[in-house]
Amino acid sequence: MKKVKVAFFDFTCCEGCQLQVANMGEMLLDVLDLIEVVEFREVMSEKSNDYDVAIVEGSITTSHAVERIKKIRKTAKVLIAYGSCAAIGGINGMKNNFKLKEIREYVYQKDAKHFDTIPTHAVHQVVPVDYTVPGCPVYIPEFIQVLKAALSGLPYNVPDNAVCVECKLNENECMFDKGVTCLGPITRAGCNSWCINNGNICYGCRGMVSNPAENGQKDILEKHKISLEWIENKMNMYNKSRELGELK
Amino acid sequence: MGRNVKVNVEYLTRVEGHGNIVVNVKNGKLEECRLDIVESPRFFEGMLIGRSIFEAQHITSRICGICACGHTLASIQAAEDAIGFIPSAQTTQLRKLLLHLENLDSHLLHIYLLVAPDLLGVKSFVPLIKTHNDVVRRALRMKKSCNDVCDILVGRHVHPISSIVGGFTKLPKEKDLDAMLSLLKVLRTDMKPTIELAKTLIFPQFERETEYVGLVNDSDEYPMLEGDLGSTDGLRMNKKDYRKITNEFIVSHSSAKHAKASRESYMVGALARVNLNFDKLHPKAKAVANAIGLKPITTNSFLNTAAQLVECVHSLEDSIRIIEELKVKGVDRSQEIVVGLNENGAIKVKAGTGVGAVEVPRGILFHEYEVDKKGKIVNANCIIPTGQNCNNIEKDMQKLVPEVLDKKQEEITLLMEMLVRAYDPCISCSAHFLNVKYING
Repeated sequence: MKKVKVAFFDFTCCEGCQLQVANMGEMLLDVLDLIEVVEFREVMSEKSNDYDVAIVEGSITTSHAVERIKKIRKTAKVLIAYGSCAAIGGINGMKNNFKLKEIREYVYQKDAKHFDTIPTHAVHQVVPVDYTVPGCPVYIPEFIQVLKAALSGLPYNVPDNAVCVECKLNENECMFDKGVTCLGPITRAGCNSWCINNGNICYGCRGMVSNPAENGQKDILEKHKISLEWIENKMNMYNKSRELGELK
Repeated sequence: MGRNVKVNVEYLTRVEGHGNIVVNVKNGKLEECRLDIVESPRFFEGMLIGRSIFEAQHITSRICGICACGHTLASIQAAEDAIGFIPSAQTTQLRKLLLHLENLDSHLLHIYLLVAPDLLGVKSFVPLIKTHNDVVRRALRMKKSCNDVCDILVGRHVHPISSIVGGFTKLPKEKDLDAMLSLLKVLRTDMKPTIELAKTLIFPQFERETEYVGLVNDSDEYPMLEGDLGSTDGLRMNKKDYRKITNEFIVSHSSAKHAKASRESYMVGALARVNLNFDKLHPKAKAVANAIGLKPITTNSFLNTAAQLVECVHSLEDSIRIIEELKVKGVDRSQEIVVGLNENGAIKVKAGTGVGAVEVPRGILFHEYEVDKKGKIVNANCIIPTGQNCNNIEKDMQKLVPEVLDKKQEEITLLMEMLVRAYDPCISCSAHFLNVKYING
């Protein structure tokens, strides 16, 4: 069987999702039996303009990046948005809470003018995306599932039910009952309630469900006396880019 | 007439983040020699403004996927210092363990996957799957073990979950301690051939005296999490005075901000730590240092990789010691905390400013936050190891280029790449903050 050529590309991000690939251990070698990685700058010096699948990490935050992702889209038969920054804009979206000029000057002061920056966009807001692996970082079992789907031409849909579903199956005590707010009720499952299993709250890194149980959520907020504004501020840690339309 | 050499490496590979190397020699004279950081800015310090201090760790961990635990710990230290929270002895012990695990994990990645290909004459670890299959398998196995231990301790290595301001949201049970211990003991058996392999690698010859900066203390402990700031030129000060060390300044040829302390540049990282605190290394680590001929003060920057190997042994052995001690004492799991955004006021908050100074794989990392009385962040500053090293990297390049001008252009390029890679630069980290140089295009 001819191996499918796969290239990894990074945009604005921490590169932790790429690192998750190295964290697969020897299983990575099994994956490499099926695919030929032709470009992966973080760990390889090889470069190539010939690939079938582009795995794209990071969000689009500069005009240079807009041009680059368009070129990648032209070459790739399949494009996978890999990790929250690529999938939903992620943590970089918090920048959109501020006026660009102000945040640039705060961080870079008088050198600010040198820094090309546009509002943070998810990849799908700039070019069409075929598969999405959300998560900060990605959950490797889900990535493998997506990779299998992509290689065999099958669709993959990110679960559209709340993290709470998985959290219940994992028999965790509800964070609201412990006296803190959690974004589990409105965040897409698929991570096996990773954070709550480890005693922390859900920060909403996988993006919001398309049809949140609005009334149920309101009941929870009322019961625990939590303001909408408070929840919105938390949601905006990962999900701020959702407010933007497609970048023309 | 001397020679003309032009080196232009766009998007240096096998480093974290985007950087370019520019060398320009005209008529045998070095005209230009720079490391340009072209990572897109992310504005983390700005994004923190107005957020709760209890979110700072979660956000700043996302500065870097490789040193996520290091950012976490520096962030927590700064946050706790700002609000006046004092962690328990058990919490401190577990944080030291976490720091060791990341040091080990990151160094192994660098030695095996990023540096070894250069020394074995290939472009990446991929060709090594065929030629050195056992080595690649060992590397991936060791990396995975570190990762698995982190999974047990804090939920995962890339963006740890349970390590937060105030302590841990989940504490290891007896069986977790056993599982971590057995993983690390297996890793220990793989460390032997790693050392043997390292002994066979030949590093380029190069010497340049510089100042080495890192944490120092008066105890017997090799300082990683706590200590004063010190240097091989004899500086010593409280961490709160970190700006006196980093002294960011602007250089005339670009808008870059560089760092210098007592002389024109300084170096941070494994080599700096080994140079500063050699005597405090674990005896097994010292034995490895002796075997590979690494002793203080080593002034060949390429040997930062060798210093990382020595630290791998130290971090591994000290991790095992910490877990064994925890097993004897038992973990007090009543210290597990539920904090969220501190809605329930579990942690007392006051207005203030705090500094975190933590040794992470690439060197000393500073976080500083100012919070108001409700615990909202009003100011944030982070200074990243690679940012501090940039100036020293350029000074090294400027000394190395004239020494190797008799070599072929490709060899010079490779040497420059190897030099930069030896620092294990974390460019996306450094570029998210102040020490950034802009280049057109």
